[in-house]
Amino acid sequence: MSDEYDNNKSYKAQSSEVMDGSTGSINPDIDYVRPAEVGEQDLYHGHSFIEKWVFCQDAKVIGVQYFLTAVFTGIVGLILSWLMRLQLGFPELAGFMTAEHYYQFVTMHGMIMVVYFLTALFLGGFGNYLIPLMVGARDMVFPYVNMLSFWMFFVAVAVLMASFFVPGGPTGAGWTLYPPQTILEGTPGSGMGILLMLISLSLFVIGFTMGGLNYMITILQARTRGMTLMRMPLTVWGIFTATVLAMLAFPALLVSAIMMTLDKVLQTSFFMPTILKAGEVLEYGGGSPILFQHLFWFFGHPEVYIVALPAFGIVSDLISVHARKNIFGYRMMVWAIVGIGGLSFFVWAHHMYVSGMNPWFGFFFATTTLIIAVPTAMKVYNWILTLWRGNIRINTVMLWCLGFIVTFVNGGITGIFLGNVSVDVPLSDTYFVIAHFHMVMGIAPLMVIMGAVYHWFPLVAGKMLHEGLGKWHFWITFLGAYSIYFPMHYLGFIGVPRRYFEMYDSPYMTSAVGMNEFISIAAFIVGAAQFILVFNIIKTLKTGKKAEQNPWKANSLEWYTSTVPPEHGNFGERLPVVHRWPYDFSVPGAKDDFIPQTTAPSEVIHTEVEKT
Amino acid sequence: MHAGIIFLLVIIGSVLFHIFTPWYWTDIASNWGGMDDTITLTFWVGGGVFVAVCLFMIYCVFRYSHKEDRRAEYKPEDKKLEKILTWATTLGVAALLAPGLIIWNQYVNVPKNAIEVDVMAWQWGWQYRLPGADGKLGTTQVRNIADNNPFGINPDDPFGRDDIMVESDVINLENNRPVKILLRSVDVLHNWYVPQFRAKMDAVPGTVTFYWFEPNKVGEYEVLCAEYCGVGHYAMRGGVEVQDKADYEVWLSEQETFEQLSARYEKLNVDGNKLAKK
Repeated sequence: MSDEYDNNKSYKAQSSEVMDGSTGSINPDIDYVRPAEVGEQDLYHGHSFIEKWVFCQDAKVIGVQYFLTAVFTGIVGLILSWLMRLQLGFPELAGFMTAEHYYQFVTMHGMIMVVYFLTALFLGGFGNYLIPLMVGARDMVFPYVNMLSFWMFFVAVAVLMASFFVPGGPTGAGWTLYPPQTILEGTPGSGMGILLMLISLSLFVIGFTMGGLNYMITILQARTRGMTLMRMPLTVWGIFTATVLAMLAFPALLVSAIMMTLDKVLQTSFFMPTILKAGEVLEYGGGSPILFQHLFWFFGHPEVYIVALPAFGIVSDLISVHARKNIFGYRMMVWAIVGIGGLSFFVWAHHMYVSGMNPWFGFFFATTTLIIAVPTAMKVYNWILTLWRGNIRINTVMLWCLGFIVTFVNGGITGIFLGNVSVDVPLSDTYFVIAHFHMVMGIAPLMVIMGAVYHWFPLVAGKMLHEGLGKWHFWITFLGAYSIYFPMHYLGFIGVPRRYFEMYDSPYMTSAVGMNEFISIAAFIVGAAQFILVFNIIKTLKTGKKAEQNPWKANSLEWYTSTVPPEHGNFGERLPVVHRWPYDFSVPGAKDDFIPQTTAPSEVIHTEVEKT
Repeated sequence: MHAGIIFLLVIIGSVLFHIFTPWYWTDIASNWGGMDDTITLTFWVGGGVFVAVCLFMIYCVFRYSHKEDRRAEYKPEDKKLEKILTWATTLGVAALLAPGLIIWNQYVNVPKNAIEVDVMAWQWGWQYRLPGADGKLGTTQVRNIADNNPFGINPDDPFGRDDIMVESDVINLENNRPVKILLRSVDVLHNWYVPQFRAKMDAVPGTVTFYWFEPNKVGEYEVLCAEYCGVGHYAMRGGVEVQDKADYEVWLSEQETFEQLSARYEKLNVDGNKLAKK
């Protein structure tokens, strides 16, 4: 164990006292922390290379595995988006691309980015790495299941990628996979492609359930002594709530995938009405295409928050640490996360205002949707109020956070347009929608991911990423992404529908040719800029500056491990004992501008800490 | 402090872009001006919040950037401020929701004098049918669809005989007369959308959906499919011609009824049989 850290020493000394059954030695009243009720978890340490790095049971390694696999799918998604933008901006250069190809790229880009990239990255990647460290556990509670979870995800990705190579190619039904066209000939990939997609999604849900059980139960049952729920970092709150949402929402996806597979393979008619195709009546009848949409969005809308809530949590922590100020209104932030999570199950049909469902639903879903704007707005206020009167380090991490605030507020406001039922009517199914959801659940969470990478890289790799490269990476990404999606809203106002392979033969759409070229160029640049990060990581791993422990002077437990990077078991001989929330920054009377969660009250007796 | 300046330029640029954009909505040609008004209102309120939040953030970046000798304020909560912000936001949201719901109420309640237009979609095209002299459309079934019965009208339904079949992908509408668009599809989802009318709704196979509008500008408009329907989606176009009453009546009188169409096919059939016998 490293004894360089004063704080480590103090909790060690103190916790050993408590472990013996007596109360704290320094000041028994104010330092008392309830003793542990159960013994410590036995960990299985890998013995061979394969056990340590391949079929590994350490949540941190699993987190990195998830992260890298998700990033791989993200790069595939990025390349697909380049091809789409090439077709839209410079169709004369995209002669190799048919409408079939275009729609296959659209579909795979959407599904990959939402499910296999963002969801897997936030929950599988950050969740696995950070949950045990932040709640003070040695590992996830079911390490073996956790390992299976990753490999199930890996197989799901392999099946998904295999669909590029089967006859007919991947499905081109749009990521929403709306029947009947998804499984009808005339839609690209309606044979093997869609089957592999449905199988892959099912595997993903199974794998995710294994991981999700781990995240939830670890957070509920394996927190260290003193780590009350209301002392957890917001990152953990965000990931926890997102996991609960996922456990409730993914079954709807699984069910619809199974039913659609049956419609495809056994000609059942869950989603298939009587259909006339090429002059022939098909052997379907009585099914409801709208039923699928309800099931899909019952999953699909919480899915938005499965991505957003971890981003909310992480960005709160990053802002607080780098503004050297406690997160403003912590309790409000927690309840907002939980409230948004709960409400997210009552808004799904706002994706379906013009779907042909009973129009009277519109009143209900518009109201619930706009109600969700209130806790969301509170979170935004609290982020900027955390900056207010802070002592803000304008480093790469903070830049990503600021970029997040701008893009998230922008995308949130356009959400009020689309949620407000009758305003949605003219904008629905146009480029306005594309601009909205990319801004709010593409770019904004991506900003958080990048900020988190720069923030936690010193912990994961023990080296500091290069700041200068990081800033270039940020500015090109932020300015580029903003100039892709901000003007795109106006294409929607003109009335340009989404999912158009070509669009230039209508008078009012012709006016947008120049804008489409501009957007495409910006997209090429932003995509290419992401390789600055890849270069930065490789360069840093080779020659980068070694990180000191806790380089950002943060309070949360992940920075107080026995070694950096943390080893299997995280905390050396004794688990940390928690005495406070992770946001005691700039406390009046304290020597430093931060007080770690492990610091006992008696050690900082002269400070004016509010009871947390 | 270059970071704050760049963010500031982004916000100023966004506002200027909005003011000077050459890309904005097409001239409205229906009664749904209320939708445009609600969008404008949402732009003012939402845009104002966006600019205010960003400017406040930029102010903080300038004013509170890191200094070694300074400490941040320590104030975990401010109940009063949070309460004010919650209620102000709730009021703002309610103010935006109210006009949205009022217009939706108009959207889902079709005026009694609306003329019904049956729009049938397929991969990839549109067909139209109007009620005949009895003012009622005949019932239909996908299984009945054939060359001599393109809409699948039930042959036994007396209301169907005089239905007017428009054999074109362009439909004519009477100016200033509300239209109830009834949407049907024989294969996959489609959406009959004219940007100038603002309104839209999916056509769903297996059911009939509807929406209404009142065209108020004479002219020709392009119909787009606004729900992804397969590889031909982007090319699935149709047309609308809005005419004054007199012109519309002339056009209407030139269209064939279902009965006439059936008779024509029967004749073709008889003639064909005769030819075959010869």
